[in-house]
Amino acid sequence: MISLRDLTVRYGATTAVESISVDLAPGKIYGLLGRNGSGKTSLLSVLSAYRKPSSGSVTIDGSDPFENRALMRDIVFVRDALDAVEGDRAGTLLDLHARMRPCWDAELAAKLVATFELDPRKRIGALSRGQRSSLGVVIGLASRAPLTILDEAYLGMDAAARMAFYREMLADYLEHPRTIILSTHLIQEVADLLEEVVIIDRGRLVVHEDTDTFRSRGVAVTGAAETVDAFAAGRAVLAEQSLGGTRQVTLYGALDADERRQAESAGLSLSPVGIQDLFVHLTSPERTLEAAR
Amino acid sequence: MFDDRSPIYQQIAESIKDDVLRGTLKEDDQVMSTNQYAAFFQINPATAAKGFAQLVEEGVLYKKRGIGMFVSPDARARLRGQRQERFFTDVVDRMLDEARVIGVSVEEIKKHIDGGNR
Repeated sequence: MISLRDLTVRYGATTAVESISVDLAPGKIYGLLGRNGSGKTSLLSVLSAYRKPSSGSVTIDGSDPFENRALMRDIVFVRDALDAVEGDRAGTLLDLHARMRPCWDAELAAKLVATFELDPRKRIGALSRGQRSSLGVVIGLASRAPLTILDEAYLGMDAAARMAFYREMLADYLEHPRTIILSTHLIQEVADLLEEVVIIDRGRLVVHEDTDTFRSRGVAVTGAAETVDAFAAGRAVLAEQSLGGTRQVTLYGALDADERRQAESAGLSLSPVGIQDLFVHLTSPERTLEAAR
Repeated sequence: MFDDRSPIYQQIAESIKDDVLRGTLKEDDQVMSTNQYAAFFQINPATAAKGFAQLVEEGVLYKKRGIGMFVSPDARARLRGQRQERFFTDVVDRMLDEARVIGVSVEEIKKHIDGGNR
């Protein structure tokens, strides 16, 4: 179990992560969702023992991962920087991980290198953006670490490479279940793969729940302006737009059968809100967190 | 395959029920394992497991320990019964509402069903 308690990360006067408390059960695929600059990487850096929290705590199975040799061996954190020497060859970096990672699967690494059409002789500094990301994914998956953290691992990958990444990740997870945390803002692409979503916005926790539950939270209500307003009164409104006398509001919070009937008999039409839209609404700049609660 | 309209586990359950109704899945046929299903449709296996669990609860599927899940012998008959009950309210009444709104008479509908408009 991963437990964050009042986790806060500050850089000088800037607060990147603010008092986040969350528990993540082992063996699931999590999506850490947030806009650019929302604090995803800071949170993951603490989780993977790359930095100490400013305040609050992280424990993994009860222990603090920071400078904890036994825990750190079991955590792989793939981030933008690749944590590599730019002049080294890609193959050298893979060899290094093969020696460091107790569960490294050389066969899987070779297969992924072929899938992503990576040339191990190429120097890391000479890789394209997408190839760099692919190399990170090879390290992340072939390490087969009990805690696998992939921070926006798809950057620069084209659609075909991203699909290959998701496919290979799921296939290997099915064979070797482990905790995987994927950070992303491309929710639509990965939503079906995620068992739970954790959404942060401006350093704060907004949502943590299973993906299917989150998916059914949004509903768009359309109809005559005053009828829509009456129905929306007292509910969390994420967005609204009007055209002439017609208004549409996006509500946060699943409607039960009675509420649906009530809306329909008032002549309102209800439609689902896609998971990507729901995320965008929940993390849009003009929103305050409190309204979503 | 899946959309945002409803939880995916429910969509999985519905699509397997459809297969049973159409006869694509026959009684005592083995259904895919949750892992096979997850890999095939590119979804989280916990979601697939939830869909299957619902079907077991509803009696559409049954489990054989260590082997897998199978279609219950009476699943098709029961699903047909349930869908028939809903047929007039869910399908016919809705069609009649639409017909009223757009000015299609019941006579015209009857004529269409009898083949007069084909």
